[in-house]
Order: sequence, then C-alpha cells, then structure tokens
Amino acid sequence: MASFSIHNIAIRGIASCVPRNIEHNLKYSNLSLEEINKFIETTGVAQRHIVQNDTCTSDLCYEASEKLINELGWEKEKIEILVFVSQTSDYILPVTSAILQNRLGLSKECLAFDIPLGCSGYVYGLSVVASMMKATGLKKGLLLAGDTISKIVSSNDKSTSPLFGDAGSATALEIDDSAPPMLFNLGTDGSGSNAIIIPDGGARNPTTQESLKSSKVAEGIERNNCNLVLEGMDVFSFGISQAPKTVNGLIKAFNLDINSIDYFVFHQANMMMNKMIVKKLKIEEAKVPYSLKDFGNTSSATIPLTIVTELKEKLENKNCKLLLCGFGVGLSWGSVYVETNNLVCLPLIEI
Amino acid sequence: MTVTDFISKLDVVFETTDLSTITPETSFKKLDEWDSMLALSLIALADEEYQVRLTGEDIRNSSTIEDLYNKIKAKK
Repeated sequence: MASFSIHNIAIRGIASCVPRNIEHNLKYSNLSLEEINKFIETTGVAQRHIVQNDTCTSDLCYEASEKLINELGWEKEKIEILVFVSQTSDYILPVTSAILQNRLGLSKECLAFDIPLGCSGYVYGLSVVASMMKATGLKKGLLLAGDTISKIVSSNDKSTSPLFGDAGSATALEIDDSAPPMLFNLGTDGSGSNAIIIPDGGARNPTTQESLKSSKVAEGIERNNCNLVLEGMDVFSFGISQAPKTVNGLIKAFNLDINSIDYFVFHQANMMMNKMIVKKLKIEEAKVPYSLKDFGNTSSATIPLTIVTELKEKLENKNCKLLLCGFGVGLSWGSVYVETNNLVCLPLIEI
Repeated sequence: MTVTDFISKLDVVFETTDLSTITPETSFKKLDEWDSMLALSLIALADEEYQVRLTGEDIRNSSTIEDLYNKIKAKK
C-alpha cells in the first residue's frame, strides 16, 4: 500500500451542492412496502436528492465552486489548478474541467484535468491536487468532486436506483508553510474491476443497439449494458475488509494515535457496511458522522457532503484532526489524515 | 471449526428462522426470510468470525448450509 505525506498544503474551505428535487425511497414502486422498509433499515438510505434531466454533475460543482470562491474572497485569476473528479462527465470528451475553467472564469494559465474515479475519488483527488501544488509551487487549487449516478442507473434496478443520490462539491487548497502534513494511504485492486462497472459505451465495448436493450438479470433487477452494474455482495465483502485495512495501514505507517482523531468521515456506501467498518476499527460511534439517510450514496461527493452537513459547526473556528476514507469502484481505496484549521464550511447549497 | 459450530453462529444472520430447524442440509435460499440483505449478513459473519472474504459467487454457488460452510473452510 502506498503511504506518503504532503507538506505545506492547507484545505481552506469546502462547499457541497445537491439538487433540490428529492426522491423518497418509501415511494420506490419496484419493491413491496415490506421490502423497501428492510432496504431502508439495512442501507440507511431514506431519501435521495436527484437531478432533473438538464442538470449535470458539473452544474452542481459549478455552484459549489462559485459560492466557495466568493466566501473565501479568492481572486479567480490566482487559481492555478482545477481537478474534476467524476464518473458522470458532461461529455466523453473534452474533459469537464476545461468546461468548468471557462465557465468559472478562471485564468487560461490554470491547469485543468479530470480524474474518473468514484467512491475513492475525493481522497485520490486531494492527493493529486496537493502533491502537484507541493511539487510545482502552484499556490491555489480547486478540487471538484461529485456524481449524478441517477443518470446512469436503471430505475428498475433495485440494487442501484434506491441507493444512489446526486451531489457535487468544491474544496479549496492553498500553499501554507504552517500547514501540518496531509498523510495518505492509497491502493488499488483491479481484480475486482467487474464489481462496479458500466459494461458498454467505452472503447472495449462500444455502444450498439444491443447495448440499449433492457433485460431482467434477476428479480427486481432490469437494466441495459449502458447502465451501472453493482455486484452488491462483492462490494460489501470488499468494503468491510479493505476500508479497515487502509485506515489501519495509515495509522501504522505514520504512528498515529487513533484516539486523538476527532472525526472519521467514511465514504457513505451503505449503513450496514459502514457500521461494520466502524465496529472493526473499534472507533467511538460519536466520532463517525453519516449523511446516508437524507442523501444516499453520492459517490465521490459523500465525504465533502458529510463534512458540510454533519460537521460544519464542529470544524469552523477551530482546529480539528480528521481521517477521511473512500473505497469502491476500481476497486480502489484511499484514506487521508488531515488537520484542519478554521476550515470554511459553507451551508449546504441546493439548486 | 465444524459445521455445527458454524450453524451456532447463524443467529446473528437469521431473525425469524428457528435455529434449531437448521441442519447442514438446509437449503438456506428457500427459507422464508432469505433475501439479498441476509446475504450481506452472511458475508459479514464470514469476515468477523472466520476472517474469510465470501464473494457473491460463493453465495450464488451454494445451496445448502454445508455448501456455505465448505466455501468458508476452503478459504480459511
């Protein structure tokens, strides 16, 4: 497992944005009332914010960025790197980060590229932006992470549709000689690449008419080959085993005192999986916030979304020790230990 | 580890099924309360009690309690 530290980069602020439209799982018509109640109990997801057809991940990230830049009082021309982490880009090409650079009115001197990671993407994104800034001396950076998974699931797939919500986020990073190091542990296991996949539409299996034919895979699961496939059992098995390993790996690599950490923000996969991970790590429940109930699994946005909705008051105007951990599609995982100082957390934005 | 030992641990998985009715020959997927959420509980049990990573394929390819037990034992 790759463990490394990045010095002199501070996280200044975080903003998250969700669509105003809410879908309640109790109204999910493909399951009986008994089944959906059990689903809600197990996954912890009662409702999800879902975009209308004309809204993309980039729109959610755009709103979060504008408000965050404004709140921090940053001059846009001084932002030198923008990274967009998402699996629901505007187009196959060009990169959405280029579209966002222009739309946000950032300088043409700004580096911009996409990282198509999902649940581990926020932690990976932090490592990429922070390490590039550290290596090159770029002073201000934006990490935009989010997904609109509702656009790629089949509404007739009980294993995905009632689980995923839509959200976007923006995180501002800045060079700061007094910032404590960010400590990372990242890893990959591509042997599980089929566990979360959209089979068709890429170069391996280009879209054909067949790709769009919906078929019944199992009871309650009807989808086509351009829809998201989630092998729930395999992902569960992976999550409960790998998430504790990366957290323990990070703690061991840097001799951290697990009891000194104020909050552990995990990717919001599903409640049963998350509770199991927390139990294995023997972490106090009070140190582990959840946002699953109101937002579901929002892919790479779950960590910033949980920070904004659950920890805002706790992070503002003080120092905090956080451990953030993402794990999922790839399969891929990452955890980061970061000490925040007067972190700016914007109230949740809804559009 | 024995199959009897495995069955005795299943009380954390099954809620409405009477544990005394479960034998190595029981077809667990035919039990009234069986569903995909219970499958997650089985995977969690294998991880917690035996430090074994059961996959979806392991569950799909098992029909009896003994099949499941053998999958776990093979991975131990």
